[in-house]
Amino acid sequence: MDIFEFYRKDRWPHVFCPGCGNGTVMNCFFRAFNEAGLSLDNTVFVGGIGCSSRVPLYINSDALHTTHGRAIAFATGLKLAKPGLKVVVFTGDGDLGAIGGNHFINGCRRNVDMTVICINNNIYGMTGGQASITTPHDFLSTTTPYGNKEYPFDLAEIAVAAGANYVARWTTRQVHELTKSMKSALQKKGFTLVEVVSQCPTNFGRRNKMADPAQMLDWFKANTVRRDKTKNAELDHADLNLAGQITVGEFVDRNRECFEELIGVEKHG
Amino acid sequence: MRIPPGEYFLQGNDACVEGALASGVRFFAGYPITPSTEIAEGLAQRLKGKDGVFLQMEDEIACISAVIGASWGGAKAMTATSGPGFSLMQEAIGYAAMSETPVVIVNVMRGGPSTGQPTKASQGDVMQTKWGSHGDYQVIAFAPASVQEMFDLTVECFNYSEKYRVPAFLLSDAEIGHMRGLLRIPEKLKIIDRKEMGIRRTDEAYDVPDDLVKPFPVFGKGHKAIITGMTHTENGRIEPEDSKVHSDLVTRLNEKVLRNRKDINQWEMIGEGSKTMIISYGSSALGPKEVATTDPNVGLLRLKSIWPLPEEPIAQAAKGAQRILVCEMNLGQLYFSIKRVAHDAGCKQVELLSKLGGEPPTPSEVRHKIRSMGAI
Repeated sequence: MDIFEFYRKDRWPHVFCPGCGNGTVMNCFFRAFNEAGLSLDNTVFVGGIGCSSRVPLYINSDALHTTHGRAIAFATGLKLAKPGLKVVVFTGDGDLGAIGGNHFINGCRRNVDMTVICINNNIYGMTGGQASITTPHDFLSTTTPYGNKEYPFDLAEIAVAAGANYVARWTTRQVHELTKSMKSALQKKGFTLVEVVSQCPTNFGRRNKMADPAQMLDWFKANTVRRDKTKNAELDHADLNLAGQITVGEFVDRNRECFEELIGVEKHG
Repeated sequence: MRIPPGEYFLQGNDACVEGALASGVRFFAGYPITPSTEIAEGLAQRLKGKDGVFLQMEDEIACISAVIGASWGGAKAMTATSGPGFSLMQEAIGYAAMSETPVVIVNVMRGGPSTGQPTKASQGDVMQTKWGSHGDYQVIAFAPASVQEMFDLTVECFNYSEKYRVPAFLLSDAEIGHMRGLLRIPEKLKIIDRKEMGIRRTDEAYDVPDDLVKPFPVFGKGHKAIITGMTHTENGRIEPEDSKVHSDLVTRLNEKVLRNRKDINQWEMIGEGSKTMIISYGSSALGPKEVATTDPNVGLLRLKSIWPLPEEPIAQAAKGAQRILVCEMNLGQLYFSIKRVAHDAGCKQVELLSKLGGEPPTPSEVRHKIRSMGAI
């Protein structure tokens, strides 16, 4: 499939700012989707509210652009009503971890077959740069003008603890690993999460001495620690995401029975 | 799987379960809340395997969201709740109205505000049903007054929500939900299915009265539909800054319900033309009904559907009436809308019998009130 068949060219220009990481994520996702041999006619893309959640609207397939934080709940109903569909959710850190936190942990626990791509840019980008649940400690935003005094969530670790079948985290710097993990997530049955730490130079970098997108990518590179290369368990869990280190890698890969299998709805799709 | 036609002695909430199954419900998501829980429990037993999906979710927001998602998968989908859960659902109800998703929401009303009286009846959510979410939109709501109507009007909720692609509400209350009574399930039921994009059929939904209801693109059939709660054009293009697109869209969403008021509205009129008319609905109409059936000087208009407001029957009841009494289990919600229509129709004395505390007005309370109004 050509990338221009995959994305809706007629919907351009898109809403993303110059230097935004969403383009990288979309490109990696297209490759993963293509390599996994999936069909657009049989796939539905669900988004919540936010920059990341606009991605489904640019994909040439059925799209459900829902309310803020509830994308996983909408996707759950859709998947169970029509189990033959492949369901992919695009979401962001605020959408998934803050307003949608309850649906996120219960989605992992329920383990309905869906792939969640979380573009974590550490900020509320669309509303102009307010602190989110993944804004690193002491970083600046419009709502933390004296530095963020809270500590960030680790979305990937939460997903592991809550029971997701596959969890990986990469940054927009590691495009090959990211593509590979997206492919694994798409091919895995059950609830899968790929968290992508992404740059928002406009609203995050600009207020934190990284206005140039390249500076943010360099920052990712300098602070990334590979989970599979850290033999020391302490390092794996050393502080939370982005507070000094970004732990990346595959966090879990297991085969818990998914909800559709357990309630036997699949064969009736 | 629906039960065979015949006579049954059931609880109101169980009759709602039977009505949903008879309508072809395929998906239910719920969260435990008194006094609606029996509906979830009933459907948990019946929706399994090939018959459909029952899901207990983490909160009511998740329930209504999953129900909307299921509807886009082509399933007839429903949730049931009461006041606090209903409040949580409001944002997604607005989404269902904006995205034109057929969903059925049962609200077995209890006393509010807040946690209020979980086991007692009220009609405190009547205005919230119409105005609960932000923005201008219309909904369809039915108010059952018996076990039989818990069944019949659940079927109507599904029919009209499918036909007009709007959220439809069954506004029951703790009194009707927990009431035991006779249910007759007929041999044949009128069932309407949504007008699906790309399919031509000759049944009622495909024969909608005007072009305000667009065909429904079920997901996974290659329609490449874009469904959004943002202001959008007919082909799903997001245009939040275009004032004409917004005003055309919102006007159409309202008009498709308002213009078809006569098709949707249902009511029961007793003693039409009486000088004293009572207007009521749901369980608060039970006392007035006893008065109207025993007193030849008192008439009753019992509204079976309350949204869109049945203006025609209200005006008809008001014409020639000297006084109208509105009975409600709240401090006056539908009263003000009824008063407006009655005034326009020429009846100037419109009073309210309001009953709070959890029990519907008794016949003697109704008689006492109409006597104080100068009747009898």
